Amino acid sequence: MSEASDAPVLQAAGLRKEFGKLVAVDDVSFDLPPGRSLAIVGESGSGKTTIARMIVGLERPTGGTITACGHDRSRPARSTRDRRRRGREVQIVFQDPYTSLDPRQTAEATIDEVLRLHHGWRADRRQARTAQLIDLVGLDTRQARALPRSLSGGQRQRVAIARALAAQPAILILDESVAALDVSIQAQVLNLLADIRDETHVSYILISHDLAVVRQLTDEAIVLHRGKVVERGRTARVLDHPEHPYTQRLRASVPRPGWKPRRRRQPGAGEENGVS
Amino acid sequence: MSTGVPAAAIDAPRFRALTSVRATGAAGVVSAIVVVAATFVAVFGPLLAPYDPELPNLDLAWIGPTGGHLLGFDVQGRDVLSRLLVGAQTSMLGPLVVVIISMITGVLLAIVAAWRRGAADAVISSGLDILFAFPGILLAVLATAVFGAGLPAAAIALSLAYMPYVARVLRGAAFRERSQPYVAALEVQGASATSICLRHLIPNTLPLIVAQATILFGYAMIDLAAISFLGLGVQPPRPDWGVMISENQTGIVQGYPLPALAPGLCIVAVVVAVNVLGERLFEQAQTARG
Amino acid sequence: MSDPATVSALQSAAPAAGAPLLDIAGLTVLLEVHGENRAVLRDVSLTVRPGEAVGLVGESGSGKSMTARAIDRLLPRGAEVHGSIRFGGSDVNRLAGADLRRYRNQVAMIFQDPRAHTNPVRRIGDFMTEALQANLAVSAAEARRRAIDMLTQVGIDDGARRLRQYPHQMSGGMLQRVMIAAALLTKPRLLLADEPTTALDVTTQAEVMAILDGLRREFGLAMLFITHDLDLAAAICDRTAVMYAGQIVEIRASALLHDDPLHPYTAALAAARPDIAQTAPRLRAIPGRPLSAFEAPPQECAFAQRCPYATDACRADVPGLAELDGGLSRCVRAHELRGRLGGAPDE
Repeated sequence: MSEASDAPVLQAAGLRKEFGKLVAVDDVSFDLPPGRSLAIVGESGSGKTTIARMIVGLERPTGGTITACGHDRSRPARSTRDRRRRGREVQIVFQDPYTSLDPRQTAEATIDEVLRLHHGWRADRRQARTAQLIDLVGLDTRQARALPRSLSGGQRQRVAIARALAAQPAILILDESVAALDVSIQAQVLNLLADIRDETHVSYILISHDLAVVRQLTDEAIVLHRGKVVERGRTARVLDHPEHPYTQRLRASVPRPGWKPRRRRQPGAGEENGVS
Repeated sequence: MSTGVPAAAIDAPRFRALTSVRATGAAGVVSAIVVVAATFVAVFGPLLAPYDPELPNLDLAWIGPTGGHLLGFDVQGRDVLSRLLVGAQTSMLGPLVVVIISMITGVLLAIVAAWRRGAADAVISSGLDILFAFPGILLAVLATAVFGAGLPAAAIALSLAYMPYVARVLRGAAFRERSQPYVAALEVQGASATSICLRHLIPNTLPLIVAQATILFGYAMIDLAAISFLGLGVQPPRPDWGVMISENQTGIVQGYPLPALAPGLCIVAVVVAVNVLGERLFEQAQTARG
Repeated sequence: MSDPATVSALQSAAPAAGAPLLDIAGLTVLLEVHGENRAVLRDVSLTVRPGEAVGLVGESGSGKSMTARAIDRLLPRGAEVHGSIRFGGSDVNRLAGADLRRYRNQVAMIFQDPRAHTNPVRRIGDFMTEALQANLAVSAAEARRRAIDMLTQVGIDDGARRLRQYPHQMSGGMLQRVMIAAALLTKPRLLLADEPTTALDVTTQAEVMAILDGLRREFGLAMLFITHDLDLAAAICDRTAVMYAGQIVEIRASALLHDDPLHPYTAALAAARPDIAQTAPRLRAIPGRPLSAFEAPPQECAFAQRCPYATDACRADVPGLAELDGGLSRCVRAHELRGRLGGAPDE
């Protein structure tokens, strides 16, 4: 992937998604410059997961456009070949390490399957590349040959990352990918993600409700509330000087040393209604 | 209490058929032996039978076990043991065919319904609901009325009757698997629907498929025996366990129960053995999934 | 299993306010997993005084949830329990019949997932009032009145309407508030909150935490608050206990926990968390992964293999809990490491 152009590697314009009468995503637009990382911040019902699913083609936008690597992907792929090509542009790592791997496949087999999908390589070349990817995500050969049930949550998530990277995507969507991990493991995986970004120059889109993780991993951020973008800007600015009341409330709700919870003046009002 | 981080916790996925059977306990081993024996007899029965199973000799009717005739003679003076051995063929083959056809069609429909969801699922489910209305034996009677009595017509009719059961049970499991994130991950990778269904959906519903197949075998064996008993399945003088029960039933009240009981016991033994084995294999397949 | 030194250290470390309400001493629990007996809790000793809020913090396998279940007598069948849990002086594991029911009214548990602990086909009103009516012989009308009143306290104003609703008609945050209200109705003396806000959005969490904290103080209830989030526990608990591999490794006043921890694990846990106020060039991750009690080596400090300060002394024997500066620590080097743990540890 050449970095000569400054053209964004992913562009969303006027994205809209309706589920019946419910508007889950309302006029959302953002750009992802190459090699940069963008956070989509929100709580349940904000539409952030729906946006991620629309980008990778698991949901069809009701309106608006998505362009990745110069190709439009606002409509579902026409052919399997097209879907595979899109898979080489954008990949995703899901939140739950316990269901995002086929329980009957070893890590090696999982990665190998993806390599076979995208390349017509011989077995030895695939093996070498698999070993490279296993190493890149910090696993050893014994873990590579293990079934998911023998692996911890953090290790499974590494396998999921390796699987996504096997397609050599330009963009990797991390859909709350560290939210289900223990704090000490989360730190390891966040460091790993930073290392991978340095080594492969992949661009991240981090979907998260955890502002500290967002701060650690991303340069730019957009804040979603009930399907709309309420704030956007450099991550540091959005978190240090939030302008929108919702962002301010979000920031004030994050536990940190010395934090004390406060009741809002209108208890019960403004409850989020989740979109499942 | 173990010391240190468990190093032996990593296990590789290899299906060790023999040891997995051994690990299933006494009941499992006995059942496996019964099933293997029945299969062996089904294949080699005609070679093993000491006497001609179809040669009648009315002078010898109902004579009990003597000399080389371990189970005596039946209503028409034929050697019961020989008829049992040769009859195993149709008695085992019929259910096998029924299971194969209904499982393949049922699994296919379940997978398609689960994969495509929405309208396709609604259409398939409605079609299956209609088929549910027809009990197996009724369909078999209809089939024989149209195509003439005999095992093929009965077996196909029964397969059609069983298919909706298979599809319904598997549809639930298939839906669950299909909704898992790892399937979504493969879709995002660009894997084709066929490869995902064959390589991932079906293997992950294997425990249920195995269990369903063995339960079905038992039902099919009994249903086909009943159909043959009614005279619509295997036609006399061909030996078949169901036919044998039918032919020899008068012997029970006359004081010669063995010729009717022997095939009955064989049916029960095989059905129980298949069910026990199926249950054990189900457990094995479940633990292989983790 | 708990040595007298630890017990007396425990008692002297706790703030002087009379006899403890909840007194766990030397609690060791073994569960049968795949045919072998595995320890999930090892020599856990903890006290909660009347009206005091104690936090219990740990990662996967630390045993924090198991401790709560042991207190509420919800351990799986076949669990082997050693040591003692005393509530108001009585041995909890020996209670039966009416005494057990009374105990369950005095200790109210708030679970992580309210939907898993409510019957979806029963109305909220039935669920809230049944304990009052069945165990405390309160009339239906009076129970309803109290329920509506408590709902108002947790910020649900149209109580009468809500009582007629079903769980699925409420959001997760609202249902958790209902659970808190239900827990408080029986006027318990101790609240056991097992990760009550983990499944909630962060803004809802802040609201629910504020309600929980406010009501607890107002009614003067004791609380054991279980969470994986150190800062969350410190926000509403006077003292915080940190668990690792089925053991308590530190008990400390919450205000001092972050800047002056007494155990390397506590310090490492705090340091591993990203900071919302700045981007670190690299997070200080702890190598390896959290161990469960049965995975921990039996004759050394459970954290030694991951600890940047481990020495041979740490691998000689399982360290005991020792008193230090009003808190407790299971680190043999706690005294010499004081002052170096909060802030940048030397790797």
